[in-house]
Amino acid sequence: MEQSVGPAAIEDWTLDGNAIGGLLHDVFGTEMTAAVGTCTTCGTTAPMAETVVYLRAPGTVVRCRTCTAVLMVVVQRGEQHCVSLSGLTELEPR
Amino acid sequence: MAGTAVRGRLTWQTATVDDVTAETASVRSITLGVPDWAGHAAGQHLDVRLTAEDGYTAERSYSIASAPGEPVEITVERLDDGEVSPYLTDELRPGDEIEIRGPIGGYFIWPGDNPGAELLLVAGGSGVVPFRSMLRHRQNVDSAVPVRLLYSARSLPDVIYRAELDAAPAGVEIVYTLTRQQPPGWQGHTGRVGAPLLAEVAWPAGDAPLAYVCGPTPFVESVASALVDLGYPAGRVKTERYGGVGVS
Repeated sequence: MEQSVGPAAIEDWTLDGNAIGGLLHDVFGTEMTAAVGTCTTCGTTAPMAETVVYLRAPGTVVRCRTCTAVLMVVVQRGEQHCVSLSGLTELEPR
Repeated sequence: MAGTAVRGRLTWQTATVDDVTAETASVRSITLGVPDWAGHAAGQHLDVRLTAEDGYTAERSYSIASAPGEPVEITVERLDDGEVSPYLTDELRPGDEIEIRGPIGGYFIWPGDNPGAELLLVAGGSGVVPFRSMLRHRQNVDSAVPVRLLYSARSLPDVIYRAELDAAPAGVEIVYTLTRQQPPGWQGHTGRVGAPLLAEVAWPAGDAPLAYVCGPTPFVESVASALVDLGYPAGRVKTERYGGVGVS
């Protein structure tokens, strides 16, 4: 497993995937912070906990810590979550 | 528990505040009575949701400070511009009710049974909260895993759980570094956690230690990359970042 722990250019106020464990559980119906995702853009595989999370965007934006490509976007509309996973080739719960 | 996917919806429930304790001038520990608590692992979180009279809601995630099997407790640092933390630290009283859901998280957890692997915990500020759960868990399960906690705080009065940490049991070493203010005669470390301090305090990488780093995002970034430079495999460095402004 390859995992990035700190290239440059990550803004100080961003969070990581641990912070959206509840939201991910809501969306997927199970614990997902330890789930391993593969970035479509650069191929890095890493636990969701290690992603870069932007809570200030409209909705929640999850980016790859290695190449900063968008992996996932979750937007809440009323009681529904609209989820885009187009930045992930694979997402495997552990 | 660790690594076990528990399927099902994570539901909001009402918790009752059983106790509020002042840890420092700006930090409170809040013990919660949760009727339907599934039990938590050391390092997990819970989400708190506050709802205003006009229906506006704000949610925040807090690390659980108590060990598995103990009453649910969170420790909250007051952020002056926060939407949630000033209410939790200043307004909550025993008997009040808040909405929570949890436990949450399966990555930044310590199961308590990693024989042979020395444990390095590196905390920045209130990043020490999940480590308090881990240290209590270590003691409760009679683990002999050697632990070093490197804790960066602004000053001695800003150290959370100080009495408990100063009474750490055998096998647990607590190393403070005080970044802004030191008491007269302070013999300990000063300044930020950088490569030289980590080289001195961290277990040698050759012993295959397991590291957990928790604190503000820039702190975690620099500590995690310094540990990797010291030879820690990235996969043995677990990280958890918390925010300041806007994510209180």
